[in-house]
Amino acid sequence: MVRSTTSIECGPLMQVNVIGAGVVGLCVATELARRGMGVALVDREPAPGPHSCSWWAGGMLAPWCERESAEEPVLRLGMEALDWWSQIVPVARTGTLVLALDRDRKKLDQFARRTSGFEVVDGDAVTALEPDLAGRFDRGLYFAREAHIAPRDALAALHEGLAARGIVVRDRVPASEYSVDCRGLAAADTLKDLRGVKGEMLLIRCPDMNLTRTVRLLHPRIPLYIVPRGDGVYMVGATMIESGERDRITARSLLEMLSAAYALHPAFAEAEILEIGVDARPAFPDNLPRIRRDGTTIRVNGLYRHGFLLSPSLARMIADFLLNGTIPEVMDENRP
Amino acid sequence: MALFYGQELSSPLMLGTALYPSPAIMVEAFRASGAGVATVSLRRESGAGRSGQAFWSIVREMGIPVLPNTAGCHTVKEAVTTARMARELFGTRWIKLEVIGHTDTLQPDVFGLVEAAGILCDEGFEVFPYTTEDLIVGERLLDAGCKVLMPWGAPIGSGLGLNNLQGLRTMRAQFPDVPLVIDAGIGLPSHAAQAMEIGFDAVLLNTAVAKAGDPVAMARAFGLAVAAGRAAHIADPMEPSDMASPSTPLIGKAFLE
Repeated sequence: MVRSTTSIECGPLMQVNVIGAGVVGLCVATELARRGMGVALVDREPAPGPHSCSWWAGGMLAPWCERESAEEPVLRLGMEALDWWSQIVPVARTGTLVLALDRDRKKLDQFARRTSGFEVVDGDAVTALEPDLAGRFDRGLYFAREAHIAPRDALAALHEGLAARGIVVRDRVPASEYSVDCRGLAAADTLKDLRGVKGEMLLIRCPDMNLTRTVRLLHPRIPLYIVPRGDGVYMVGATMIESGERDRITARSLLEMLSAAYALHPAFAEAEILEIGVDARPAFPDNLPRIRRDGTTIRVNGLYRHGFLLSPSLARMIADFLLNGTIPEVMDENRP
Repeated sequence: MALFYGQELSSPLMLGTALYPSPAIMVEAFRASGAGVATVSLRRESGAGRSGQAFWSIVREMGIPVLPNTAGCHTVKEAVTTARMARELFGTRWIKLEVIGHTDTLQPDVFGLVEAAGILCDEGFEVFPYTTEDLIVGERLLDAGCKVLMPWGAPIGSGLGLNNLQGLRTMRAQFPDVPLVIDAGIGLPSHAAQAMEIGFDAVLLNTAVAKAGDPVAMARAFGLAVAAGRAAHIADPMEPSDMASPSTPLIGKAFLE
């Protein structure tokens, strides 16, 4: 059945429930509140924490690099994220450095063929960008426009910003004209084509290393990235496994991530392991996000590994839809 | 066309399901290639709690015979356990048996392979063993109960093509009635066509399609290549010769200089 969207009655005085307070729910609630709508935010947990998969995210705002394997909308929509997040938290606009070990040099050429927005840099330039990697790589790709944020700070900032507007997370759903379902993988009960893609990550402290930007190491098996969190703390991620499992890291994954970090620089062997994170990313079959309308419920989901990258543009689309009736480009209405 | 444990395939292309940018692109690639078999690697961690179910249903819904494999197993015990789990999950007796012997080249441990094949054949599995072009190993696998052999073209994921062409030709000649599949090392459609031209019954590949810039277009190219290679084999190719041999005879030409 094709439902009509033209009949949506919308306007700034409308009351909307946002269900789920992960990165998507918090961004949607923030965007709607900013644009004058009445928002109630609903979640079982009162504050951001390890129960949501965005807690474990890398926080890379790297649409150009992601384009290597993601489809075009991820690049175009992801580019909106940098300015949006700048209004919320400090955005480290230090770019991304993509490197490969000697034996994987051809992978760097291939990565270059499949992406844009970079310059090829030689060993001296790599050293100038990241002095701690001096002499280890004679070539790399530098994506100057990319950035990263600290996901937990970002979630907390959104949470506080909403609280300042009188919007606190509640655990019961109040009566409302519209609901926006932002529950992530928990919504698989109604979104039958949603699946989990397991990811494992590490938080390590390595004061001997001083990296200032996200570094990606092209690796034959896993796309490893290291994101600096400041004070010698680094996020190392992340595996991609076709599994909905949300706990249990395997020795294999741990070995692969740590040996890749060690290959980037042996100093990582001395790192202290602070946290091991495991969760599953919600994804649709094409790994692209969707907005679906189901009566008075609007479901937004499937942000896959692009939660922080795509939430701002999806939040904007939800607001445009509710306020102006603009049909989101990622809307597919014919699905349950 | 050869029968694989009594089953005819709609195409001699066996395509893997790993490493695609998304399951949607994987499904489209399968359609474009016309592949006759879908191979699925089973990580034991996903099998145990059936947490990989969502992805496996996408694979099953393609309606192509599924060949589960024991990818990444390094011991007989691991491979046998994984095979049993795969039989339960996919409801098939088919199993692609991999027992990896060497971490860097992913070369099969042929001793472990023969042992595991014996155990699994006795349990009623229909085993597709990933082996080398070694003839004696091939014989041992047949003795163990295998009715298909799958020699490598080159190391898994290397894309180098048929590294030992002469060895593979010899294997074909040695086992004229056994279905033979080139498994691993295929990088280009021309490699797949070559395998079919020298008389192999099927080719199995994954990375060459999944990691192409446009997996769907590459899948289509492989579908065409295996069809061309097979047609060429049936057409009985000419024998190469060391000397030039003019296609137009000189005698009888109207003007000779």
